[in-house]
Amino acid sequence: MLDFIARRIVAIIPVLAVVAVFVFLMLRLTPGDPAAVIAGDNATSDQIADIRTKLGLDEPLWTQFAIWIGNILQGNFGESYFFKKTVAELIAQRIEPTLALAICTLVFAVSVSVPIGVLAAYRQGSMLDRVVMGFSVVGFSVPGFVIGYCLIYIFAIELGWLPVQGYVRIGVDFWKFLERMILPSLTLSVGFIALISRITRASVLEVLNEDYIRTARAKGLSNRVVLMRHALRNAAVPILTVIGLGIAILIGGAVVTESVFGLPGLGRLTVEAVLSRDFPTIQTVILMFSVVYVVINLLIDISYTIFDPRIRY
Amino acid sequence: MKSMMRRSLAALAAGAILAGAGPALAQGKVLKFVQNGNLTILDPILTTAYVTRNHGYFIYDTLFSSDENNAVKPQMVDKYEVSPDKTVWTFTLRDGLEWHDGKPVTSEDCVASLQRWGKRDAMGSKLMDFVKEFKVVDAKTFQMVLKEPYGLVLDTLGKPSSNVPFMMPKRIAETDAFKPIDSQIGSGPFIYVNAESKPGEKHVYNKNTKYKPRAEPASGLAGGKVAKVDRVEIIELPDPQQQVNALIAGEIDLIEQLPHDLIPLLKKEKGVTLVDWNPLGHVFIIRFNHLVKPFDNPKIRLAALHAMRQEDYLKATVGEPEYYKVCPAAFICGTPNASDKTNGLLIKPDFEKSKALLKEAGYDGTPIVLMQSTTLPVLTNMAPVTKSLLEQGGFKVDMQSMDWQTVVSRRTRKEPADKGGWNVFHTFSVSADALNPISNSYFVANGEKSSWFGWPTDPQMEKMRDDYAKETDPAKSKALAEAIQLRAMETAQFGWLGQWYGPGASRANVTGWLKAPVPVMWNIEKK
Repeated sequence: MLDFIARRIVAIIPVLAVVAVFVFLMLRLTPGDPAAVIAGDNATSDQIADIRTKLGLDEPLWTQFAIWIGNILQGNFGESYFFKKTVAELIAQRIEPTLALAICTLVFAVSVSVPIGVLAAYRQGSMLDRVVMGFSVVGFSVPGFVIGYCLIYIFAIELGWLPVQGYVRIGVDFWKFLERMILPSLTLSVGFIALISRITRASVLEVLNEDYIRTARAKGLSNRVVLMRHALRNAAVPILTVIGLGIAILIGGAVVTESVFGLPGLGRLTVEAVLSRDFPTIQTVILMFSVVYVVINLLIDISYTIFDPRIRY
Repeated sequence: MKSMMRRSLAALAAGAILAGAGPALAQGKVLKFVQNGNLTILDPILTTAYVTRNHGYFIYDTLFSSDENNAVKPQMVDKYEVSPDKTVWTFTLRDGLEWHDGKPVTSEDCVASLQRWGKRDAMGSKLMDFVKEFKVVDAKTFQMVLKEPYGLVLDTLGKPSSNVPFMMPKRIAETDAFKPIDSQIGSGPFIYVNAESKPGEKHVYNKNTKYKPRAEPASGLAGGKVAKVDRVEIIELPDPQQQVNALIAGEIDLIEQLPHDLIPLLKKEKGVTLVDWNPLGHVFIIRFNHLVKPFDNPKIRLAALHAMRQEDYLKATVGEPEYYKVCPAAFICGTPNASDKTNGLLIKPDFEKSKALLKEAGYDGTPIVLMQSTTLPVLTNMAPVTKSLLEQGGFKVDMQSMDWQTVVSRRTRKEPADKGGWNVFHTFSVSADALNPISNSYFVANGEKSSWFGWPTDPQMEKMRDDYAKETDPAKSKALAEAIQLRAMETAQFGWLGQWYGPGASRANVTGWLKAPVPVMWNIEKK
């Protein structure tokens, strides 16, 4: 197992190298000039050229890349062109809302989707099953921002129960933090619930037809025990895989959700950085998301061994 | 199970109610303001971005300011004198001016501030061309010695919009004009609270309790800058629909400017007031690239202007006539330099004339590259109108859609359009930036040296602008401005495509939003 983990960690290096080259080239080859953005609308070409020189953007591409990589290897992720802060500081400032949103969404989505998926499988063909499947289709089809606006209209504007926007740090006021997390998490959960509940239903259905389930029932075990201990545990591997893959959807969804709900997280930082062509910030955030994604996949792979003892690395 | 769910819901509702009560109790005199964009750069001399200019007005003060009638009035300056030959201007600062760090504002600070600003601002740079030297007389008095009389000294020092000549402490003002400043110390009515400001989330300004406002009542950007709230928070909320929702829910107090399609929604809302704080509004612009074919040919530019009609643009972008004005005046209708003479251009199209000019100029049918910005709602519909009008006038048009930042970057390119350059694009300007031929940067015509994008070259235009700058008689200045406007039409230097207005919105308990080209937070009360 340790050997497997070590190999996987080593394998992260070429992945990150490819991501680094790709992101760097994409940013430099697509149109957009941070100097022009910094200078503003009334600046002249000469003024923009001066700013470009100050930022080092008139250096050859390979020189810029070598400087960036050299700095990263020394733990220096650079300074944002716009915020007068290091990218590391910016990320540290923005990571809490994104983490909070991801965790709330994950906890809520998994705790709703797995039980309803299991129930839908257990009651295959029933009204409950149809409702769950119908919800899945809707959850997949409706864009997150539409769901967000609907929830805001109902719960914030009409009922006035929850705030429209904003974020309060967990350490400042837990209840205000919680009330500001409800709508964004619900919004982001809908697609996730649809995905996990559908996979859970399919996986559990498959397992429910296995001989060992019939044996368990024949032994007189209760439905709850059969479902939770025998069926769900054996159906867990594909469900875990989807949850892992869903993290990527979550990261993508956070970009939209944070923008709609005014959460100052990494998703919004990415959008702001892309719109203003803040190269150091975009590069670092994308590298960071790549690391997160690879690590989560590694954790998911490791967790397979817990649910399925047949899997050994 | 049911009772547990009921208990959870009750707890949730109670939590929401308690938490909701929190802000109302704690807010007091905190004003929450949403601007039109994110505030990322905090140096109003480095960038012309309007959000940064607005930030500047919170924390910095100016030597002069323009009032609601656009008349320039002393602000930090107590008194000023001009020598009989109009070449020596002596300025004396008011008593009691103090930086936020407690040090006194001195003449040296002001001279350093003017010098840095003069390296970046077009109008400031023009003034500096006339400045022979600055002389510090004493801590409160300094002189600006000119090489020859300059007619726009006060208009330049009191210019309301980007780049505004904000005064900074000398050590900050000595920063390279092309590098951002690293400290936010001014002498204005609010103090920037760096420790509580989080870019992308909010920027915090506390009332400067030591600020000594002028005795005159506030008028436009002039008069007494009395902060009537203890704290202002700029909330960074990028989505306009969410800005409106937050205003309706009472989570914010002011929105700088509403998209036109959301105005009807707020008109129906009780508890919300629409505020037309910028009566001069904005002006749409079409800009040609004079360096590359086919718009390097003045006849082809003229053909394009013959195809244009302001009202088509205004209807397509603004829609509601209440919020736009067809205006032939390049220097803005209702202002001293306004003239309705445009040689018949821009108001009524003449497609036959356009086609005839194209034939005369030998236009070979090469499609012109029109850059369409799709991310600024107010500009999105401009390019399709241009495409339609130009095609009716005999042009072939290749409209390319892109985000505004790509337009901003690509417009700096001087290559031919088929090699990554461009031929034409649209922008808009705050009308206050366009009131005379010196502040209106679209009139600069000294080619690649310092013309705005499109780089027109017209020595006659530059001579006329110089004459305007030197003229001190208002009647003669007006005549020169009219001649400059007509010259721009003769050479089809660029086109102005009508004025439009975008009201802001506030909660009904917020009053005192001043009429000015810039949204300023002094004088505003929250009851």
